[in-house]
Amino acid sequence: MRQQVAAAGVVAVLALAGCSQSGSGSASNPSPSGGCPLTISDAWVKAVDSGMTAAFGTLKNTTDQTVTIDSATSPAAPMLELHEVVTGTDGAATMQPKAGGFVLDPGTTTTLAPGGEHVMFMGVSTPIKVGDEVTVSLHTTAGAECTMTAPARTFTGGNETYAPSMPGMDSPSQSPMGDMGSSSQSPMPGMDMPTP
Amino acid sequence: MTEPSRRTVLTAGLAAVTGVGAALGGRAVWDATVAAPPPDPPELTGAVGRATVAFRGERQPGVGTPAPAFVTIVAFDLHPGVDREALIRLMRVWTADIERLMAGTPPLADQTGELTALPASLTATVGYGPGFFTAAALADRAPAWAVPLPAFAIDRLEDRWSGGDLVLQVCADDQLAVAHAVRVLSVGASTFATARWTQRGFRHAPGVTAPGATMRNLLGQLDGTHNVQPDVDPDLVWHTGPDNGWFAGGTSMVVRRIQMNLDTWDVLDRGSREAAMGRRLADGAPLTGSKETDLPDLEARDDRGFTVIGPAAHVRRATATTPRERFMRRPFNYLDPPTAGLLFITFQADPVAQLVPVQQRLADADLLNIWTTPVGSAVFAVPPGARAGEYLGQGLLA
Repeated sequence: MRQQVAAAGVVAVLALAGCSQSGSGSASNPSPSGGCPLTISDAWVKAVDSGMTAAFGTLKNTTDQTVTIDSATSPAAPMLELHEVVTGTDGAATMQPKAGGFVLDPGTTTTLAPGGEHVMFMGVSTPIKVGDEVTVSLHTTAGAECTMTAPARTFTGGNETYAPSMPGMDSPSQSPMGDMGSSSQSPMPGMDMPTP
Repeated sequence: MTEPSRRTVLTAGLAAVTGVGAALGGRAVWDATVAAPPPDPPELTGAVGRATVAFRGERQPGVGTPAPAFVTIVAFDLHPGVDREALIRLMRVWTADIERLMAGTPPLADQTGELTALPASLTATVGYGPGFFTAAALADRAPAWAVPLPAFAIDRLEDRWSGGDLVLQVCADDQLAVAHAVRVLSVGASTFATARWTQRGFRHAPGVTAPGATMRNLLGQLDGTHNVQPDVDPDLVWHTGPDNGWFAGGTSMVVRRIQMNLDTWDVLDRGSREAAMGRRLADGAPLTGSKETDLPDLEARDDRGFTVIGPAAHVRRATATTPRERFMRRPFNYLDPPTAGLLFITFQADPVAQLVPVQQRLADADLLNIWTTPVGSAVFAVPPGARAGEYLGQGLLA
């Protein structure tokens, strides 16, 4: 029998993804030191030639403690921020740094997705090409590090405007600089089409 | 019969199918059916949609797997500058996306995941044209036959249906599943390649014919009788042997667009149609036999001394003269008004050795040529399947 029900296929794919390091769409990293309190799946990043982009994925807190992610790093960009998208009184979607970071209650799952929470890359200077695999490390307030491998994909959405300065959040570390300059209306995450 | 009685028969049948109330008598079924809400239909109707085909393995799906109702084939031209490194990235993206689409799981970055939930036996098969090997600077590893077929006198080939550096064959029992998969994979390829041509085809819908039954084409003929079965004759379909080892488990895909002139075919009486083919329309039996699976007797003569199957009948001209002159047909019909015809899709280990001799005989003489014209042709090398952890084409590109 070559055919199975789809549900069985889904389970198989997720199981495969969960233990694969080959970049078939997911990465999960309970780090060898036992530090990472999350499992991460379906991670991906929007391909971009330069400037800004964003990474997405599904984070599950596998512990009985609240996990707070307060920063992210990646070799692909000099500056990463944890962002959310809010709809202003004018109805326009605007992204901004997420105050307090990403907070995951014990056992809960949060999805980073276009139009919602995401990991913002700024100052990308080496093109992130479609099919590249970008390493992203999430850092928790407890000092743990979770590393995910995010394949780069063609994506044309996620063009919310960026408001780098929030009332009461004007510290330099939360104001992206680099090639964003001082613009507060740059499209996110970058409008350049990636190179092949 | 009165109206309620007819209704009872209907509802009793429905109850029997769903397994609810099958033991009840007619009146009780009627009462129960009228009183209760109708049974939940998804369990009854969703099986075709939820069916999946395995992606991972030694061979790609969409070749030896049963042909479902619909196909869309897209051939791409690679963008200038796309090299081996870029092709590796494209194959990684397609491999991951195909695996998820076939399993009914949304691919990464797909914001319309609902459209993947019912794959309906979706398969996606990837093949490489001559330009793929050139772009990868790996022309020396291309199969020798990975070039266009020789020109045949009957050909009226158009560029818009011919050639291509890269091909994607997407099949499923549902057009929506095919459409979404083609969309996702085309977007994924958009920075590497541009669609050169797209061809859509169809066969019988699921459940219409018995599994494995030969399909009918738009001339009304059973099309695919005595087909090569890849599990019976694997060497006719799959590349084996020590040469070009990376290609073991691969095959060749030939896509020929055969336009049919249904208007002039309509003029023929049924006897003439059957004589042109050498088979009966009703059951596909050879004119010398009684059922579809009977082998044609090419020597049999009628009482006037003529061969029953004429000298230019299609079945005579197409009959293999050596055991190697056989190939697997996986055709689909197309209707693209005002044109109609057949997507003649074949898979074989070596098209030059297996397919070309037969095509040459048909080009030299075949009564069906009066009504059929090849307007497109392309040859692709279908690399082996992606085993666990691999991407498609890894044996070539890595």
